[in-house]
Amino acid sequence: MLFGPFSFQISVMLRSELILRLSEERPEIRPREVERIVDVILDEISAALEAGDRVELRGFGAFSVRQREARTGRNPRTGESVPVEKKYVPFFKAGKELRARLNNGEDPEDR
Amino acid sequence: MLNHKLGAAGVTEKTITRADIVDALVQEVGLTRQDSSDYLERVLEMVCEELVSDNSVKLARFGNFVVRRKNARVGRNPKTGKEAPITARRVVTFKPSPLMRRRVESALASKE
Repeated sequence: MLFGPFSFQISVMLRSELILRLSEERPEIRPREVERIVDVILDEISAALEAGDRVELRGFGAFSVRQREARTGRNPRTGESVPVEKKYVPFFKAGKELRARLNNGEDPEDR
Repeated sequence: MLNHKLGAAGVTEKTITRADIVDALVQEVGLTRQDSSDYLERVLEMVCEELVSDNSVKLARFGNFVVRRKNARVGRNPKTGKEAPITARRVVTFKPSPLMRRRVESALASKE
């Protein structure tokens, strides 16, 4: 899709494509097994977050659970006050190396 | 790091690392440690490469990683209140899948 001079193509890698590419790199392993490997990796991260633990993958980033305090929200349509309960939300922060790779080799947090 | 001070250090003190994921691959898939480690690195590297190329990564049942471009702005040091310029940058945001959100929320809410 093009929306003028400032547009750029956005493309997406899906779980299925990740598995397909890994299978192509390692033809000696059956795609079913590669799928299992990806499942186990992602399940480990999810399970850690469900336990309230942090997952630190150096170079890539860290997953953690953030606690959002209870607050009084508002229904944007009616303006009515509604209580929003305290909740736990999964959070990801890119690691230093990835931040640098995204920003011409320099981590913007060092500036 | 800033995040720890803001209370982002997780709910427990425990931290899972690559070694724990490698253990799970050895036990659950029956791979060698070397293969487990190689696969894990490849998966992480593939995700990084896509993000660096400005592509999104959508992992069903897990969540989506998206790269956003942020313009330069004037920020503030939350502690001192002093103005601090923030340069233009690309950042990664992670949007957990509804499944992960639900599971994390219900697992931790029931712990209280």
